Amino acid sequence: MRRTVFPHKFLPWLLLAPQLLVTLIFFYWPAGQAFRQSMLKEDPFGLSSTFVGLANFRRVLSDPGYLNALQVTVVFSLLVAFIPMAIALFLAVQAEKITRGKGLYRTLMIWPYAVATAIAGMLWLFMFNPSFGTLAWPLKQLGINWNPLLNPNHAMILVVAAATWKQISYNFLFFVAGLQAIPHSLLEAAAIDGASRRHAFWTIVFPLLAPTTFFLLVVNTVYALFDTFGIIHAVTGGGPGKATETLVYKVYNDGFVNLNMGDSAAQSVILMLIVIALTAVQFRYIERRVHYG
Amino acid sequence: MARILLNDLRKTYDGQEVIHGITMDIADGEFVVIVGPSGCGKSTLLRMVAGLEGISSGTIEIGGKVVNALEPRDRNIAMVFQNYALYPHMSVRENMIYGLKIAKMPRAEIEERLMRAAKMLELEPYLDRKPRALSGGQRQRVAMGRALVRDPAAFLLDEPLSNLDAKLRLQMRLQIKEMHLRTGQTTLYVTHDQVEAMTLADRLIVMNAGIADQIGTPLEVYERPATEFVAGFIGSPAMNILTVTVSEGAAILPGNRRLPLPGLPGAGEFRLGMRPEDLRVAESTEGAIPVELRSVERLGADAFGYGLIEGTDVPMTVRLPGNSAAKRGDRLGVLPEDGRLHLFSVATGKRV
Amino acid sequence: MAESPFASRGASRIWAHFWMVLGVILVVFPVYYVFIASTHSTQTILRPPLPLLPGPEGLANYGDALSGGIGQIGGVSLWRLLGNTTLIAVGIAVGKIVISMASAYAIVFFRFPLRMVCFWLIFITLMLPVEVRIQPTYKVMVDLGLIDTYPGLILPLIASATATLLFRQFFMTIPDELLEAARVDGAGPWRFFRDILWPLSLTNVAAIFVIQFIYGWTQYLWPLLVTNSNEMNTIVIALKKMISFADAETPWNLVMVTSVLAILPPILVVVLMQRWFVKGLVETEK
Repeated sequence: MRRTVFPHKFLPWLLLAPQLLVTLIFFYWPAGQAFRQSMLKEDPFGLSSTFVGLANFRRVLSDPGYLNALQVTVVFSLLVAFIPMAIALFLAVQAEKITRGKGLYRTLMIWPYAVATAIAGMLWLFMFNPSFGTLAWPLKQLGINWNPLLNPNHAMILVVAAATWKQISYNFLFFVAGLQAIPHSLLEAAAIDGASRRHAFWTIVFPLLAPTTFFLLVVNTVYALFDTFGIIHAVTGGGPGKATETLVYKVYNDGFVNLNMGDSAAQSVILMLIVIALTAVQFRYIERRVHYG
Repeated sequence: MARILLNDLRKTYDGQEVIHGITMDIADGEFVVIVGPSGCGKSTLLRMVAGLEGISSGTIEIGGKVVNALEPRDRNIAMVFQNYALYPHMSVRENMIYGLKIAKMPRAEIEERLMRAAKMLELEPYLDRKPRALSGGQRQRVAMGRALVRDPAAFLLDEPLSNLDAKLRLQMRLQIKEMHLRTGQTTLYVTHDQVEAMTLADRLIVMNAGIADQIGTPLEVYERPATEFVAGFIGSPAMNILTVTVSEGAAILPGNRRLPLPGLPGAGEFRLGMRPEDLRVAESTEGAIPVELRSVERLGADAFGYGLIEGTDVPMTVRLPGNSAAKRGDRLGVLPEDGRLHLFSVATGKRV
Repeated sequence: MAESPFASRGASRIWAHFWMVLGVILVVFPVYYVFIASTHSTQTILRPPLPLLPGPEGLANYGDALSGGIGQIGGVSLWRLLGNTTLIAVGIAVGKIVISMASAYAIVFFRFPLRMVCFWLIFITLMLPVEVRIQPTYKVMVDLGLIDTYPGLILPLIASATATLLFRQFFMTIPDELLEAARVDGAGPWRFFRDILWPLSLTNVAAIFVIQFIYGWTQYLWPLLVTNSNEMNTIVIALKKMISFADAETPWNLVMVTSVLAILPPILVVVLMQRWFVKGLVETEK
């Protein structure tokens, strides 16, 4: 809490006005609309709407298409939450073992952060395009009938790879920072106690990285849920046969392609609840960290 | 230059009064030190004068003008902060003249004032440096310089020396005194260090829990502390203070010993204060306060004996000659010098 | 600084280099791949495997793409696409910095009724990414006539809580005494901001600029929704359109050039401003 402040009463409102205005118009109003719409049913011509309570939710949650999207999202999110983390942690530990050239490695490692998710998808599609992808070519030579545009599993592998690739940078930077924040004296003490490096890693370093790991888990999950829309949209369009249709993609598809407002709104509301739950988890963890260190 | 009048100043935080009505008339050119333990409200009082803290009731007058509602910049004061508060991205020069530039003073005059202050504080070689390239003492001088160039009605200093090491502190103390003598500015100085307080002040305000326990010259405060708190706070080592029962011209000490003390007022329980330097060692423990020494600290010119009144756990400190042979385990009889006793009410802590 | 306790010697260090090189290849290869592809003819691209070294068509491809070749595919010149994207990315970054600095300043350096309510109103928007409320937000845009306009592309994206929280966090580390010294020196809110807070915030501003520039440049869903006209496309959207209508006639060499130009500017920004970017990302997101 600040001891000294300026005494002005009107000026702070002036300073807050732009942000509050944009927030109200583009955040609260639409979010409120989503809630309202999720309880309405529009007639086919969009001329009138009637209140239907939770009917939209009931229909959405019993819709096999939605349950499929939910399942796809869970699989996709788990893979995209954990794989980049594992790769990034491994590389961050390797990077810390190196004394010279660390900077160069880091400079190269952060590239994917700057690449748009949609483009990340396209890059991987270029490489693994069944007709002209250079990396699809050896697969075909090996007799694998590689075709992400027709085979659901191949499609999933491709979008997971692209999403993972893009997220490695971010995880790497945080793990490097996390490793550097570990007090040197602890590792030196472990070395003097005779712990092997591997042993010291799993008993000292990894537990101390827990806050970073947890933070990244939440960030990666949010990334997998929402930010990967571009990859799905650009690479598979949710296909083949809905094999890569995630929840966010379905909201978009139902709302803008199939123009089913009520269902799309109900799905939006469900997504909001998921985000709120995730944020609450993250918040609780931050609070704990404030208390314990 | 200005006279400062504080009239029944009070400050309330969340319904709790933390400054309980302080009244003082500070003469033009006077150096007043506000001293007290941490949390006694001394910094709050200074910040109220500066205008950084609101005033719940009472008035502050600077130079004949009530300034209660004025912003700090309109009070014609300058302030030196405990952590110096130098602008880290500005050079020493820019730091010192920032206030003058805001006041739109002509360039020539700014330059003249800057050079005068820099000369007085020996800062000329450092004017183009950034604060981080300066030592603690130099930063302190820049903070003083920033106050000095403004030629204010009053200087306010908030524990300006507390971040310096002991040697620099002494040096800066002398420099502050010198500066005050040369400029003759009215100065309010906050510290928790009684040596700074005693050496710098024309007058002291000794604060205790939001109350000015005593306002007076250093010597008055030392010689005739107005409360038990002041008596214990000012003086080093601290005054011995014990509970005694007075009756028939004698005080009954802890351990049930009678100490004949003629001329004591009244009868009943009192708190009796004796400074270690006002005690002398008697030839025997008979008719004196018997002290069993626990340790002796030798400072060269003096020595201090720390012990307990025999048969009790009441501590007593006694000043001994530097060459005294007293040692741990010795029994000494000590007697207060005539007229060097302080008696305080048990109920109110006030001097009797 | 003492040697890192992780630092290893001998074989272990060589292995570390080995794994890092492998990691870097994994990370950089896709970008390298499009770059190589952009220097070959369409025929070479369509006949895998692609050579691992740049081909002879590079200058021709880039020259063609920049001088109107792209216009023949998507109807909009590459310059226009780059211009749109730059405008949006800079607009979002600058806009966010301006409004979030202003609101953080108000929240940290003033006391006024409902201050904490305002803070929470802003904070909660962290939980409302555009993806979960696309449709009603789209409707607001239609009602306000913002479809196919730059404000429509920029405004909804500049009010995010992240930047405000970062600035708030930084402002709270400014010592009270600095503000007090400034007030005694006679500085009001504006001078304090201009002369003291802004210079001290520059590193943070640079960090947030990089992060938000990348955020703006890589936007996908929003530009997809609020632009109908090709004229308003960002380069990312244009690229998506090119490949989704791909047929035998698609000049893949030019598509590859477009990909490179869509990737390069943000990579350059991140690499050149790496110091601030990494600091901003790691220190502030926590």
